[in-house]
Amino acid sequence: MQELTAYAPALPEIVLALGAMAILMFGVFRRGEVGADFASGWLAIAILLVAAVLVAQGGGERVVLFDGAFIDDAFSRFAKLLILAGAALVLLMSFDTLARDKLLTAEYAVLLLLATLGMLLMVSAGDLISLFLGLELQSLALYVIAAIDRSKVRSSEAGLKYFVLGSLSSGMLLYGASLIYGFTGSVDFAVIASVAQGQPAAQNIGLIVGLVFLLVGLAFKVAAVPFHMWTPDVYEGSPTPVTAFFAAAPKLAAMALLVRTLITGFPGIAAQWQQIVVFLSIASMLLGAFAAIGQSNVKRLMAYSSIGHIGYALIGVAANSEAGTQSVLVYLAIYLAMTIGTFACILSMRSKVGAVEDIESLSGLAKTNLPMAFVLAMLLFSMAGIPPLAGFFAKFYVFAAAMKAGLYALAVVGVLASVVAAYYYLRVVKIMFFDDARQAFLPVERGAGIVMAVTGAFVLLFVLLPAPLVDAALTAARSLQTATAQ
Amino acid sequence: MDLSSAPLLSIVLFMPLVGAVIIGFLNRDAKGNARWVALWTTIVTFLVSLIIWIKFDTTAGGFQFMESRSWLDVMQFKLGVDGISMLFVILTTFLMPLCILQSWVVIEDRVKEYMIAFLVLETLMIGVFCALDLVLFYVFFEGGLIPMFLIIGIWGGPRRVYATFKFFLYTLLGSVLMLLAVMAMYWHTGTTDIPTLMTAKFPADMQWWLWFAFFASFAVKLPMWPVHTWLPDAHVEAPTAGSVVLAAILLKMGGYGFLRFSVPMFPLASEQLAPFMFTLSVIAIIYTSLVALVQTDLKKLIAYSSVAHMGFVTLGIFTFSTQGVEGAVFQMLSHGIVSAGLFLCVGVLYDRMHTHEIDVFGGLVNRMPIYAAFFMVFTLANVGLPGTSGFVGEFLTLLAAFKVNTWVAFLATTGVILSAAYSLHVYRRVIYGALVKPALKNIQDLSYREIGILAPLVVLTLYLGVHPSPVLDVTAVSVKKLVAAYEASVRPAPPAAALPVKPSSAARPAPAAPPAP
Repeated sequence: MQELTAYAPALPEIVLALGAMAILMFGVFRRGEVGADFASGWLAIAILLVAAVLVAQGGGERVVLFDGAFIDDAFSRFAKLLILAGAALVLLMSFDTLARDKLLTAEYAVLLLLATLGMLLMVSAGDLISLFLGLELQSLALYVIAAIDRSKVRSSEAGLKYFVLGSLSSGMLLYGASLIYGFTGSVDFAVIASVAQGQPAAQNIGLIVGLVFLLVGLAFKVAAVPFHMWTPDVYEGSPTPVTAFFAAAPKLAAMALLVRTLITGFPGIAAQWQQIVVFLSIASMLLGAFAAIGQSNVKRLMAYSSIGHIGYALIGVAANSEAGTQSVLVYLAIYLAMTIGTFACILSMRSKVGAVEDIESLSGLAKTNLPMAFVLAMLLFSMAGIPPLAGFFAKFYVFAAAMKAGLYALAVVGVLASVVAAYYYLRVVKIMFFDDARQAFLPVERGAGIVMAVTGAFVLLFVLLPAPLVDAALTAARSLQTATAQ
Repeated sequence: MDLSSAPLLSIVLFMPLVGAVIIGFLNRDAKGNARWVALWTTIVTFLVSLIIWIKFDTTAGGFQFMESRSWLDVMQFKLGVDGISMLFVILTTFLMPLCILQSWVVIEDRVKEYMIAFLVLETLMIGVFCALDLVLFYVFFEGGLIPMFLIIGIWGGPRRVYATFKFFLYTLLGSVLMLLAVMAMYWHTGTTDIPTLMTAKFPADMQWWLWFAFFASFAVKLPMWPVHTWLPDAHVEAPTAGSVVLAAILLKMGGYGFLRFSVPMFPLASEQLAPFMFTLSVIAIIYTSLVALVQTDLKKLIAYSSVAHMGFVTLGIFTFSTQGVEGAVFQMLSHGIVSAGLFLCVGVLYDRMHTHEIDVFGGLVNRMPIYAAFFMVFTLANVGLPGTSGFVGEFLTLLAAFKVNTWVAFLATTGVILSAAYSLHVYRRVIYGALVKPALKNIQDLSYREIGILAPLVVLTLYLGVHPSPVLDVTAVSVKKLVAAYEASVRPAPPAAALPVKPSSAARPAPAAPPAP
């Protein structure tokens, strides 16, 4: 038996698992006590931060644990830090809303931690089994959280839709994984890659079919077109803090998983999966651009917007290069900040009758609450990809990777789609700044306010110091490429 | 403090931004404070930029006041000005105090945000002209869309929402295609440094694609026919100071772009596409002048006249001669001053009558003689009357065009006649005649503030018309360098094997290698 210290790279996951169980016990024994709900929330944030510190502490070499099932390298550390930070920020900004709707229970915190644990396992997955393990752990926790507001039918509907469609896609994924195992004899990515290497594509038909099913399952998880149908309904129906979580961390984890699977597992048939990813990317960008134009519900707008963003991130995947992987990571990091910030603003859209989700209710926000309107405007311009905001650099890197890889048509479609998408982001800015003021919202709560300020400052000031993020992404991308070379 | 080592360009670039941040902390209701801070910021920025002019070495052809700081793998913070860009920086810093002054009593709603938007816009505009890194240029170029979008949309006229969306999306569409070209250039050469890229030789077919991508952006910005349709709407609906900035400075970014990127970096494509550019320029000049003739809105008329004048600019640039390019640069600067004056004059009328329909006015000379005089100077400069700055630029470009293609020059010159037609026609309808309309019976002549804003522009217009050398001397060496580099790229010296005699023992520079096919 190996030394226990050999499992040190898996410490963040262990901490999360133990922490979830601890909060569960805490919830059982302290149920009903005053402040118990906030306490479990703060405990969860503390555990997430501890896990983040542990991830940040790890460094250096690529470590493979559990017989190839768990990989700890710069790529997984980059993604894990983002996931943990995202989860912590989302929880922080949702405190007041959750408490008001009586959803801030120990179960919520536990489910959140378990979902995050699943995400960390996904990002570190080194073979198909641990991929599925992490994916299912995350998904099951998310299905339950989507339906957590038992007093509302919409929430239960969202959870059920998510569960049914998610299970279907997981089934497809598993089928694809089994085909891949059948045709290569192993579930480990490295072994699969070496088996597929050097064989002409015609002999790899089974592998390609298996990969297609695998991609279908993964495309569902990231909500890429045409597997996106669940997104608008689930986003709209779930409680807004849950939607915020959906839009942020799980997408990131699933994209990181997609990148690692494709690049380390199937480099030999890259020409085939590139075509699929290009199609997914173009379809997602175009749908995300056009479908959001007619939306009047802000959460549905964000759903289509996130579909579009995933389309842009997929460009970096399609490039199949170090520059491409770097661009995907940069895009996801900036996307995380933008999405969390926007949802913090959405959470602050509260009137006396309750939470409002109408875009029209933002009319004249610049006159009633200029700081919030300013932050939201910066986030929207950033999502549209206008310099000097952070979103521009995110788009820059993905398009540059596509140009380098020779995917000119993809780049052109991408920039044109971003012009179309700019229209609906501008429309929200127009409603906030040009229209007359309606009834003002209730004051912004502390947690949401902090998150708003932090993310707003990030997108605005990223231009001053972009190098740390970009360099870290490059290191992470390099570690993935060297893994392929091994 | 040793001025020569101070980073003057960075100071000029960031001072408006600092001013905007200061205003951000001011109390919302203290409108006067916001106005004074903005005014002082823009005046000080202008004075510091004058130092740049004074210390500018007109005999050196390269970039001066260079500053370089590494930032990102794809973007360096590199600033510098040469004879062409320095004047645009001065134009920007000169016009901004006038814009702030114009808005002094006119803008009462959300003054703080207004001043912040203008100051941020000033920083971005100065950045466009002095950026020496391609991605940095793009960031400033496109970043200016955000404050302009807000300025038109919040403080504009009745159709401002439509106009500002059109402006934003139209310009964005052209710019993103340029972005792809920027990336292609980066991957091909490994650098985004503009001085280096000006000497990099791109393959001929690649040059075509890059030229068209950059053309997409600059043609919309300039604007060229047929992608000019955003301009009349944006100009009409923008607040007066917004129109001034749009016409005087933002349009020049398109012409500057052609001069800084299309001609030096893609010379082969530019040479082959020069007839295309001539055609579009001539159509722009004649067609938009005819459209201006039938306008009923003052601002729309001046907007179409701007498109026509920008036609002369592209005409001059693509003659690839020193006269043509100098004429184009002078025309851009002169148009910057003259159109600013014209829009400010229209603003004077709008402040009084809250409309810019031509039919509302008539016989203004009876009550506003000083205004009539100022308006006359700008109108004549718009026509291109000798003695005003408008003449110099047009004459030089037409002279250069005549040497290249007499038909093009002939057709473009008819545009001068047409501009006289619409300019004088509208002047007569607004200014001359009897003052019969009851609404105008009590109209006031210019206040001291308005005289203070218009007088510098009038003086400059007349001064540069009779003594253009301050501008021409500054641009001369840079323009010569540009044209010489273009000539060298397009007409290379014969290869060494073709020389009939052995090179003499005296050192002889090696002949330039022919460009890649």
